[in-house]
Amino acid sequence: MTGVPLPDTTPPDVTTHAMAILPEDLPTADSFFRPHRIVLILIAAVLVFCIAWFMRWDWIPQYLPKLGHGIIVTLAMLFSTAILGFVLAVPLGLVQVTGPWPLKALAKTFCTIIRGTPLLLQLWLLYYGLGSLFPQFPAIRQSFLWPYLRESWPYGVAALTISFAAYEGEVMRGAFAGVPAGELEAARAYGMSRWTMFRRIWLPRAIHRALPTLNGETVLQLKATPLVATITVIDVYAVISKVRQDTYITYEPLLLLALIYMCLTGILVMAFRYLENRIPTRGA
Amino acid sequence: MKKTLKTIALSLALGIAAAGAASADPIKVGFAAEPYPPFTSPDASGNWEGWEVEFQKAICAEAKLECVITPVAWDGIIPALTSKKIDIIIGSMSITEERLKTIDFSDKYYNTPTGVIGPKDVSFEATPEGLKGKTIGVQVSTVHQDYANKYFGENGATVKEYQTQDEANNDLAAGRLDAVQADAIALGAFLATDQGKACCDLKGNVKDDPAILGAGVGIGLRKGEDELKGKLNAAIKAIRENGTYDTFSKKYFDFNIYGE
Amino acid sequence: MADPASLINWSLLALEPPGWGGVLLKGLMNSIVIAIGGYTFGLVLGIGGAVGKLYGGPITRDLMECYTTIVRAVPELVLILLLYYAGTDLLNHLLGLFGFSEVDISGLAAGIFVIGIVQGAYSTEVLRGAIKAVPAGQIEAARAYGMSPTKVMTRITLPAMLPYAIPGLSNLWLIATKDTALLAVVGFSELTLVTRQAAGATKAYLLFFCAAGALYLALTLVSDFVIKIIERRARRGFVEQS
Repeated sequence: MTGVPLPDTTPPDVTTHAMAILPEDLPTADSFFRPHRIVLILIAAVLVFCIAWFMRWDWIPQYLPKLGHGIIVTLAMLFSTAILGFVLAVPLGLVQVTGPWPLKALAKTFCTIIRGTPLLLQLWLLYYGLGSLFPQFPAIRQSFLWPYLRESWPYGVAALTISFAAYEGEVMRGAFAGVPAGELEAARAYGMSRWTMFRRIWLPRAIHRALPTLNGETVLQLKATPLVATITVIDVYAVISKVRQDTYITYEPLLLLALIYMCLTGILVMAFRYLENRIPTRGA
Repeated sequence: MKKTLKTIALSLALGIAAAGAASADPIKVGFAAEPYPPFTSPDASGNWEGWEVEFQKAICAEAKLECVITPVAWDGIIPALTSKKIDIIIGSMSITEERLKTIDFSDKYYNTPTGVIGPKDVSFEATPEGLKGKTIGVQVSTVHQDYANKYFGENGATVKEYQTQDEANNDLAAGRLDAVQADAIALGAFLATDQGKACCDLKGNVKDDPAILGAGVGIGLRKGEDELKGKLNAAIKAIRENGTYDTFSKKYFDFNIYGE
Repeated sequence: MADPASLINWSLLALEPPGWGGVLLKGLMNSIVIAIGGYTFGLVLGIGGAVGKLYGGPITRDLMECYTTIVRAVPELVLILLLYYAGTDLLNHLLGLFGFSEVDISGLAAGIFVIGIVQGAYSTEVLRGAIKAVPAGQIEAARAYGMSPTKVMTRITLPAMLPYAIPGLSNLWLIATKDTALLAVVGFSELTLVTRQAAGATKAYLLFFCAAGALYLALTLVSDFVIKIIERRARRGFVEQS
């Protein structure tokens, strides 16, 4: 890679891009007005009309408040775990680049184990495995934490946070390692302390480089949230499951659920596009 | 490259076709893919055992049907029936008005009261007053869910819904629930385990409400399959009369599970 | 409470009954079969999708775009439920329309089908990127030799894009192995579901979930090892970058 100027941000990881919609995938407004697209849109409209007309949607009004509440729970899960996970991911990535070897090995093992097992299994391990162990210790039962440990959402938050941190830790490791050494040397030459250098140069540059992948991972995190419904957290997926069980209607609620997730993803991706456009591309 | 691709595509197509052809004829018997002792539970060699498994074998033998056991997810068992992934349900499903709108049932093959269990160190009654302010666990899509919501949920209790009975029992043992409402026999089986003995005991049976709790458990089948329904009803009657039903029931229960 | 060591009853994991080890291994085999089947099916869809997206007409391109957009925007769990219940139903309706008799789709085929559809969208994107990375000169040279478009595709484009596609495709394989766990939600007895059944029947939740975790991890590590070998072979003749 000699002579080629380094791009300011690394392009998002191929796999992340393949699995999650990113801002660059959003269509532009005028791209809808090509002749064949107008025909396709008309066909889609007819299809949507048929779905709306011939299928059963009379259950929606009754469940509307619950659906709204479920969407809020889903979004709360997404943002809380993405933020907490990112806070954990920074040290996880950093120690893998500069840490002493025991810490490095520990961080690497953690990332390998979490990334090598299904999230659903981790979730059940925490909720049913660890959760059934806690009450055997009277000390835990009497502690102030017990009212929270009785609920299911802390386990959901914990599992999603750990998973996000492990995937994001790998991304941050690459981002920290990818910050040009010259920039760090320049910072040192200015007499910055290690902490100042980290805070002012290394971390912001690494985050900046990792942004496209971070966006993708956040979309993937949204796609992972419905798993918490399997441990009795009432998110939007769980509300739809309840509709299915109450009414014995299978397809309509699932179609609505897919539509809800597509809207949520779309809004999330548009927010990222807005943010990406706001962030100045330094050094370009 | 082309050849390999063709081979893969062909073998996939054949695989799906073969999978279809192989299981075209036998009756697929659906029930929940989870431990629900003493009715259906997996053993360590991967087979299913329990009272209901024996009942199903007896019925299929009596009606001269070739049956295959097909465990499915409980919360999708009725869609699985209507979309023909399974042909009949022998899975402790109570006959209720609500379900009869979507599927059909054979005559009942057992009937038990509904019980409520709770932690040993707390005492309360299985009544709306006794459960006020408590969190009660039930399995989704069951008569117990409907009953608990109507009688306890609307009287100040929190009803928490679980995908499987096993999860609800486990959460009671883990201290996350104050009570669990379910079939009295299934609860009895749980109370007999080490986990159940250590934590909980029976608080009593709930007041009956046949409109919700139904008129016993029947074999679920698709609407309009009256020939199959006739065969199943005849088989239930036959094994009741020739003693087969009592023979295998005695292995599990010391009371009359059929009810009156 | 007894001392912690006695809490772990290792004999539960024995391969022969009354141990549940054999059941877990059978579940793992089911997971692997579905992962292989779904991955292969996905790859076939992916090649078709990528070629359609790059060389197809405007309508093909837009339809492919819809397919990959929907799969990339909707959670796998929701897609699996939709495909499992509606997809197989729809397939039967279509077969009925064309005069074929209904096929009875087994759990295994349905599992492979749903994982394959999801994987197909992901591999479409991976392969599209890889095909675009093939130097245009190579394809032009093949055309200049008078090769037909299909021949160019099978002889030049697909083999030449492999080295670019392998890192992404390897990741997709690892994702396929983990996505099989989601089939537990529709009651398919793969590793995660049999683990929960074993845990529920014995009440040894922690032990069984850890054991299943170890099996998944072993599968990932073995796959990683094989992938490294394949990558090394595929990158022969490439100038080492970095």
